[in-house]
Amino acid sequence: MLLGMAASDPAPVTLVIGDEELLADRAVGEVVAAARAADPSTETHDLIGGKVEPGELTRLTSPSLFGDRSVVVIRSAHDLVKEVIAEIVSYAAHPAEETTLVLVHPGGVKGKALVDGVKKAGANVVTVTKLTKPAERLAFVKAELKRAGRTVSGDAASALLDAVGSDLRELAAACSQLAFDTPGKVIDEAAVARYHRGRAEVSGFTVADSAVEGRLGDALEQLRWALATGTAPVLLVSALARSLRSLAKVGGAPRNLRGGQLASHLGMPPWQVTRVQNQLRGWGPDGIARALQAVAAADEQVKGGGADPAYALERTVQTIVASRTGR
Amino acid sequence: MQTLRRAAAAAAETLAGGSGAGMTHAWLFTGPLGSGREEAARAFAAALFCSGGGCGHCDMCHQVMVGSHPDLETVRPQGLSYGVKDTRQLILRAAGAPTLGRWRVVLFEDADRATEGASNALLKAIEEPPPRTVWLLCAPSPDDMMITIRSRCRVVTLVTPPTSAVAHVLATRENVPPDMAAFAARAAQGHLDRARRLALDADARGRREAVLSIPAALTGVGECVAAAERLVKTAEEEAVAVTSVLNEAETTELRKVYGEGSTGKGLNKGLVRGGAGALKELEERQKSRATRTKRDVIDAALLDLVAFYRDVLAVQFGAQVELATEDRRADLEAVARSSTPEGNLRRIEAIMLCRRRLAANVSPQMAVEAMTLSLRSP
Repeated sequence: MLLGMAASDPAPVTLVIGDEELLADRAVGEVVAAARAADPSTETHDLIGGKVEPGELTRLTSPSLFGDRSVVVIRSAHDLVKEVIAEIVSYAAHPAEETTLVLVHPGGVKGKALVDGVKKAGANVVTVTKLTKPAERLAFVKAELKRAGRTVSGDAASALLDAVGSDLRELAAACSQLAFDTPGKVIDEAAVARYHRGRAEVSGFTVADSAVEGRLGDALEQLRWALATGTAPVLLVSALARSLRSLAKVGGAPRNLRGGQLASHLGMPPWQVTRVQNQLRGWGPDGIARALQAVAAADEQVKGGGADPAYALERTVQTIVASRTGR
Repeated sequence: MQTLRRAAAAAAETLAGGSGAGMTHAWLFTGPLGSGREEAARAFAAALFCSGGGCGHCDMCHQVMVGSHPDLETVRPQGLSYGVKDTRQLILRAAGAPTLGRWRVVLFEDADRATEGASNALLKAIEEPPPRTVWLLCAPSPDDMMITIRSRCRVVTLVTPPTSAVAHVLATRENVPPDMAAFAARAAQGHLDRARRLALDADARGRREAVLSIPAALTGVGECVAAAERLVKTAEEEAVAVTSVLNEAETTELRKVYGEGSTGKGLNKGLVRGGAGALKELEERQKSRATRTKRDVIDAALLDLVAFYRDVLAVQFGAQVELATEDRRADLEAVARSSTPEGNLRRIEAIMLCRRRLAANVSPQMAVEAMTLSLRSP
């Protein structure tokens, strides 16, 4: 969305609004580059919102003796004090000819007067929101590589996403590195696997599912990935407890209930009930009891009762898998 | 009792210029829940202020009892713990000279809630307070206090009153019918406050019933998990019920302090600078209080369960003791027939483990689940 908008002459006032830092930085960079393209001697003033004092903007935007062009960038514009906001809004209505003003606002209600005022004055607004959906991130990876003049297969792109995670800055860096390192036009899965492996983000639920389904190796590996990428041990314990708890609930439900009735009796969505019923194979009541008790002990351990949360978790996963066969 | 009387007399002697042997500057009142630690400490404070040695009807005694005496500083930790920051401020206040010329008394209820840092900050103040300052700390047992605090205090040990005494108080002071008073006193096991609540509040009786019906309901793993969920949920609801009224009043009050709803020239409509921060701090305190209330409710339920299994043991051994859960005789006998004494000791052990885990910040649902599952296993 931003890639094609490097106009030859930037708007006198640009408002970059949104919480995705990388895209915001790029938008700012594009404006500065456009200004430089128009006049190579352009000066750039980079200011931080909280530190801008009243009058500073007027000083920076007043015409200089030599008629130089300049770009004034104000980052974290939500921290600006009231007086400066008023100054900017009145400036935006009558911008100076030689100056380009860029405001970076992370969105939200703080400093909303600035956003509203500047929009009303007719500033160029660029919106950069965080990419929340996996499909959006996939599209981002593809677009990144396309910009570098390369194409990427769908599998390779999703493998890269798995390995790098959801931080756009890291993704962009990984993409440019890949484009630099690999020969040929198309980047395939093998090329990605050569430089990136493993998983950047494993949730507690993945670990819990593997453990409950009795895949000890997978569970331990995922547990390690999760811990190594900074998932809190407490969250892992609670995910384990939740899985086992639903096993106990579904396992203990009256036998004569089926489908939707069973789901509403348990207060769980139907798809989850079906899934838990599949997981329930190989579990007996005593095994579930033992596993739940192990999880409670683990919660105590990770909350300061034991020396090493990782050890406590690994042991719990082992206990869970071992309890499975013991009916 | 005698010690305290002598101490109060000695305190009066000190004021008159005498040696005052028998009076100390720091006291630690210990005793189980319901033994009236705070009441004893407050009565002692009254005796210190009162020229008649705690007559109970002069101005001084009255002010102490209603909590308005200017020289009595009462500390009642409401959150999970009492931090070092609060303690430092408390020490400063405690160092002031008495306003009415006799003593300056700090009554620290639930002193076991003080964190280690807070206790350390107290050490110096307790060891050598200003000449007219007296510290009265209250805790369930001397072991709950750091040894360095304990060694600086004189310990007054209180015991729970017998059931008959509690029943008598209920019957005479609260006009409770005798058999209800006897039931409440027995069920509360000497805890006067709890007995009063049981006798006067049908909801409290209902909650106790619900807790005591747990052992019979634990037939399968699913039931255990469900029972744990119910117990934690009831506790949560009760905590919300208790704290939400307080929270709302406090928040409104604080908002008013920071200028909400004020009108006039030069005033903003919203909060003045710093208001949001103060509100956030208040919210944190309220959250801590809610967590503590929830834990206290669960803990009370666990104690009822312990009483139940203790009674099962008593039935099994044919011991001639007063049963706290006499009203559930049928359940007691059923469980007694179908279990072994050894198993019941293990169950009590599991309940105690659950209490320890709750205190160690384990998620209540997990701790209670683990407990109900242990209660089930034969």
